[in-house]
Amino acid sequence: MKILVAMSGGVDSSVAAALLREQGHEIVGVTMRLWGGESDTGCCSVSDVDDARRVAQQLGIDHLVFNFTDDFHRAVVDPYVADHSAGITPNPCIECNRHIKFDRLFDRADVLGFDAVATGHHARIIASESGWRLTRGADPAKDQSYVVHMLDQSRLARTMFPVGDMTKAEVRAHAARLGLRTAAKPDSQDVCFITTTKNADGESGRSSFLRRRIELHPADVVDEDGRRIGSVDAVELVTLGQRRGVAGGGGTKRFVVDVDVNGRRVTVGPEQSLNVDHEIGSSTTWSDRPQSGSVLVQCSAHGSPRRATLTVLDDDMVRVDWESLERRISPGQSLVFYDPTDTWVIGGATTTTRSVSPAMP
Amino acid sequence: MAERLIYLDHAATTPMRHDAVAAMTPYLTEVFANPSGSHRFARRARQAVDESRETIASIIGCDLGEIVFTSCGTESDNMAVRGADESRVGSPVCIATEHHAVLHTVERFGGRVVRVTSAGDVDLDHLTTVLSEGPVSSVSVMAVNNETGVITDLAAVSRIVRRLAPRAILHTDAVQAACWIDLRTIWPLVDTLALSAHKFGGPKGVGVLAVRSGSDLSPLILGGGQERDRRSGTHNVAGIVATAVALQQTDHDRPAESQRIEAIRRDLFAGLETVDGLRRTVAATSSVPGVAHLCIPGVESEALLYLLDEQGVCASSASACASGAMEPSHVLAAMGVPTELARGSLRLSFGHTTSPDDVRVAADVIVAAVERVRSATRRLGTPRV
Repeated sequence: MKILVAMSGGVDSSVAAALLREQGHEIVGVTMRLWGGESDTGCCSVSDVDDARRVAQQLGIDHLVFNFTDDFHRAVVDPYVADHSAGITPNPCIECNRHIKFDRLFDRADVLGFDAVATGHHARIIASESGWRLTRGADPAKDQSYVVHMLDQSRLARTMFPVGDMTKAEVRAHAARLGLRTAAKPDSQDVCFITTTKNADGESGRSSFLRRRIELHPADVVDEDGRRIGSVDAVELVTLGQRRGVAGGGGTKRFVVDVDVNGRRVTVGPEQSLNVDHEIGSSTTWSDRPQSGSVLVQCSAHGSPRRATLTVLDDDMVRVDWESLERRISPGQSLVFYDPTDTWVIGGATTTTRSVSPAMP
Repeated sequence: MAERLIYLDHAATTPMRHDAVAAMTPYLTEVFANPSGSHRFARRARQAVDESRETIASIIGCDLGEIVFTSCGTESDNMAVRGADESRVGSPVCIATEHHAVLHTVERFGGRVVRVTSAGDVDLDHLTTVLSEGPVSSVSVMAVNNETGVITDLAAVSRIVRRLAPRAILHTDAVQAACWIDLRTIWPLVDTLALSAHKFGGPKGVGVLAVRSGSDLSPLILGGGQERDRRSGTHNVAGIVATAVALQQTDHDRPAESQRIEAIRRDLFAGLETVDGLRRTVAATSSVPGVAHLCIPGVESEALLYLLDEQGVCASSASACASGAMEPSHVLAAMGVPTELARGSLRLSFGHTTSPDDVRVAADVIVAAVERVRSATRRLGTPRV
């Protein structure tokens, strides 16, 4: 097969390319340039491109660089900024997978005559009687099925995750055996277009990034009875469930239980005020077809799945009824549905900004 | 993979001329001495540098004392802009379509940028305005644009600069001009002129800056005082020898070669007539024969270049950034070419090894590649790929 391998310059995609090469496929490596801004920490910095190119040379394969900065800006960065002004906490890595890696790159691969696209994600695609199943990776600690949950049957049929059967240790060992320069490279973390270091004023990368793009507004912090107990500098940077920076006085631990960006108001309360019995998801995607019933739901990249009943509301929306009360999920985060054995992905949705009445204890 | 290689990227690098390789080889082997030494070996090396200098000076039409050897065209451009900036009051000026070697240097030193017209010519009214705004250390206007091949009206530029900024250095990046324009016609118009050897059949790693005598330029590189204190560093003897040989052949062949390549470019465009919507970025009459620049709507350069490469056709689009990714062209943007059209830009450039057969095959490959991209795009239903 002729396969386009997305090479980020990390060890997983390096080994993915190596494995496909060992299997005798005709492969070309590609590094996507996604961000031309100030952060050089992410998956498209020049040194990462150098690493990817050098690995490709060692493997004896062609290496290309595609410039998708415009698309990345439009599909990932702009919505990230806009969501924050609306009090939503988005997951840009998932949006990048949805719009760039498994859409833009896929289309490009299609035009160029490739049969499949491969990446270094830790997940597996397994053929079953009912079609392709996006399955958790072999290394439970590194499983990334959550971030690629949006793949549908047509994409799954033409996607390959060559390291999905391996543990991270096995991946590194394989890279070391081949003498690849990325063998001991640390895993990438955080959002690639935001620096991880604080600036001279001690401001976080996320805060200074957003401050340069949108107006940040101070807000009152109130308790559940509406009494003002403090303030925050930027309501746009407050996340539901957050504890730090909004505590106020008193002996009990307080959590952010509501963020009203337009009203410039952050409500804090005890942890149990965050508990809800259901979530509503929108922009729902399905691995195969819409499916109500018993599921396990994962709410963050490495969170533990929780039991729930899934109900399809319409083409776009689903309702998740928790088996027992769960802490509310910040709007903008992804809910990913797994089968009751916690093996394969059924679909996923984005939590909405509906107003919820806290569940009765 | 394709069996034959069709190299249509001469504006990036043209193959070395065989005579240049032959001429430089002895200076990499037996005549290895440092030309600044004081023994017989050194004198032989020194003689080779002196003779090469004389040859190059005669082709530019300047005095041999006005030639400075550098390490590349970029260094030559930097030397002119920064050297003038350090020795003069005022800020540097250049046009918006300059090579980054000039543009980034001018921007770094707080300079001003002059607009160009939609045809890529200098906007002379804007030049007049900019020069009237304050003191100017240098004005850089390239002789031929490296992306589009547009020839600048340096005579008109020169008249304005001499009148409004008589103390400024008038610099021209003539890197893309050497193969197509008699440098003797350019030199009287400017104070400094930059060349790069690998663009005309010499080796990489050799640049030339002609500096009009009496022009006060501060050196960029200090050290042993070579090149009359204007550019220190041991001479690249072999490279300099090959540069002179290559430039001599280029100068000798230029009239016939220009006609030959002009016919090849005509053939190429004739072969591309069936490509729907294809736009020639500039008129043939205003550009050197060695560059065919075109924009193809609905096609992205990155995809097109890959398909061409797959068929053995080496071409280019705009310039690449540090990561190797293609950057949107600042040249096309400055000319006001719509982004959608600029996305599908393609530069095919020709040189002394290009044959008529090369472009006939290339035209067929391009037509097929464009059709493939367009049909895939129709199938996918997305206009952007």
